[in-house]
Amino acid sequence: MNQDVTQLVDPLQFRHNVSIDGVEKHILVDMLRKMVIIRKAEEKIAQHVETGEIKCPCHLGIGQEAVGVAVGLAMRNTDRAFGAHRSHTYYLALNEDTYSLFAEVLGKFSGCSHGMGGSMHIIDNKNGFRGSVPIVGATIPIATGAGLAAKMDKTGDIAISYFGDGACEEGVLHESLNLASVMKLPVLYVCENNLFSSHLHIELRQPSNTTARFADSHRIKNNTVDGNDVVGMYKLLVKEITEMRNSSRPFYLEAFTYRWRGHVGHREDIDVGVKRGDDLKSWKLRDPIQRLLNSMIAKEIFTQDEFDKLSNSIQIKINNDWLTAESAEYPEKDFLLSTVYAK
Amino acid sequence: MSKKITYADGILEGFEYLLENHKEFFVIGQGLWSPWYVGSTMKDLDKKYGKERVIDCPVSELATTGATIGAAICGYRPLIVHPRVDFMLLAVDQIVTQAAKWRHMFGGNSSCPATFRAIINRGGEQGAQHSQSLHSWFAHIPGLKVVMPYSAKDARNLLISSVLSNDPVMFIEDRWLYEKEEEYTEIEIIDLNDVRPQRLQDGSDATVVGISYTSMLCEKVVQKLQTENVFCDMFDIRVLNPLNVDEIVESVEKTGKLIVIDGDWASCGMAAEIITRVVEKMDLNKLKSSPIRLTLPDAPAPTSKVLEECYYITEFDIYANIKKLVNY
Repeated sequence: MNQDVTQLVDPLQFRHNVSIDGVEKHILVDMLRKMVIIRKAEEKIAQHVETGEIKCPCHLGIGQEAVGVAVGLAMRNTDRAFGAHRSHTYYLALNEDTYSLFAEVLGKFSGCSHGMGGSMHIIDNKNGFRGSVPIVGATIPIATGAGLAAKMDKTGDIAISYFGDGACEEGVLHESLNLASVMKLPVLYVCENNLFSSHLHIELRQPSNTTARFADSHRIKNNTVDGNDVVGMYKLLVKEITEMRNSSRPFYLEAFTYRWRGHVGHREDIDVGVKRGDDLKSWKLRDPIQRLLNSMIAKEIFTQDEFDKLSNSIQIKINNDWLTAESAEYPEKDFLLSTVYAK
Repeated sequence: MSKKITYADGILEGFEYLLENHKEFFVIGQGLWSPWYVGSTMKDLDKKYGKERVIDCPVSELATTGATIGAAICGYRPLIVHPRVDFMLLAVDQIVTQAAKWRHMFGGNSSCPATFRAIINRGGEQGAQHSQSLHSWFAHIPGLKVVMPYSAKDARNLLISSVLSNDPVMFIEDRWLYEKEEEYTEIEIIDLNDVRPQRLQDGSDATVVGISYTSMLCEKVVQKLQTENVFCDMFDIRVLNPLNVDEIVESVEKTGKLIVIDGDWASCGMAAEIITRVVEKMDLNKLKSSPIRLTLPDAPAPTSKVLEECYYITEFDIYANIKKLVNY
């Protein structure tokens, strides 16, 4: 069901508890754990971007944890997801091994791309994350082709294309949606609308602050939703993905959310505009983690004490993973030429 | 009478082989259900193998090329047809920045065995935007193999090799070769990594190097020169990237003279690359004269017939330049 866009973009709305009815406790705990892992891993990365130890550009997903977690729990590992520049959240939602991400952002051989990719080129085939790249919109047609492959496989698998509101200003979105619609491809298009492309607010870039109009014009079923409500998105996606598996077709999800850090790096970037500074304070009260926790506590299926313990154990693992990644080996020098072509 | 095969037949037979023997192979592109776009090279493939594997598609060069790459990443060996090089340029991001780098930037944890079939379709007063070749551009890119067949046998065998390669391949063919006819030979399955420039004529007076269509011109000229007692070593490059010039180096050390004929522009072009590599590797004491490159003039293709005549390389241009080199 579409939620009202005027409210979705208003930081004073959607601070309420999320509806957790009908979702089993172990799934809710998974959601909470994954979001905390992402939050803390991104904070760890931010600290080391600030110290200069991480040199590669890092686009952090703090504040946007819910989208990747909802999709990650609704998909299966034979599905094929592709991301863009801000992809740590999708990766960690599918693979809680923060070590492989830390090693990668440090350019170490034990990273998920053997240190060849850094933050912007991460991959985890076995869990269904088939790659991320920073060229805006570039993986939208690639995911569309992954959907074509899935359709040919006849296994009911789907492809997932993650992108942001900025990518909707690229022509390739239109071409890809057209292709998926006319060829009936099982592609889940996930637009994380965080209202900003780099420094520029969507109102200065598009005639509307919702991108779902592109799906409408290509006759693709779509929904605009609260992107900080992990449970709501999960329930919607479980239903839609089941239908996509049964009768091959695309679906477009526009999840409204907000990033708490700047476009790239560790800073909050409130200096890009007074409005962003004020809005950020408000959006922090729409925190996807806190809202899920409050809802679980209110329904007496989780306690603050349990959450604190969970948080602490995650923090300890992240600290250890970081130290191990720091001391890991860089690629050998001859690796540079050895992966250009297949053997 | 012995069985003959044309260049266009060779491509068609290559497609039939792939569709027959490799279920992970499919082909997508504009005009595949129409007789107009690709001549006879894909005739009736859709009827024989089904419209699910021979897919005609919307005009979108960028998205369809990206979709080809996505399917390649997910276990298929797809080929996308671009009926003209010029229109394919709308998809350069996907070819150069995605496919060519996909394996490397993920540390070898993924690969992209996609083939981009691009057709050079020039002349006939079609002007500047229906005539580009640009193979030198693509050969500049690490991670992207570039194949340009001259013979009908190569058009077929190297099409198969390109699709079966585990790397992305730019397969560029020339419509001016479609009618070229030769003796039929059986299909050979060759690993693209083992394909080197092919020596087509033997001689010790000069080394002549052609690429695809210019190899046809060169072969004719070199054969004509044999009647004048001028004997040239002649090579057809076949694989432009990664480029291997070892045999050409040996040849130039023997002849002392090198001419490269390339149907693309001179600046930063393939002819320059071949000459540089040979000169870098050879014993320079054995070089008897400056190498020559014969290319298109550095101008967009003209429309007027009169200008076309001075724009494209002719057999006479090649003849005159080889004579100049040999008589130096």
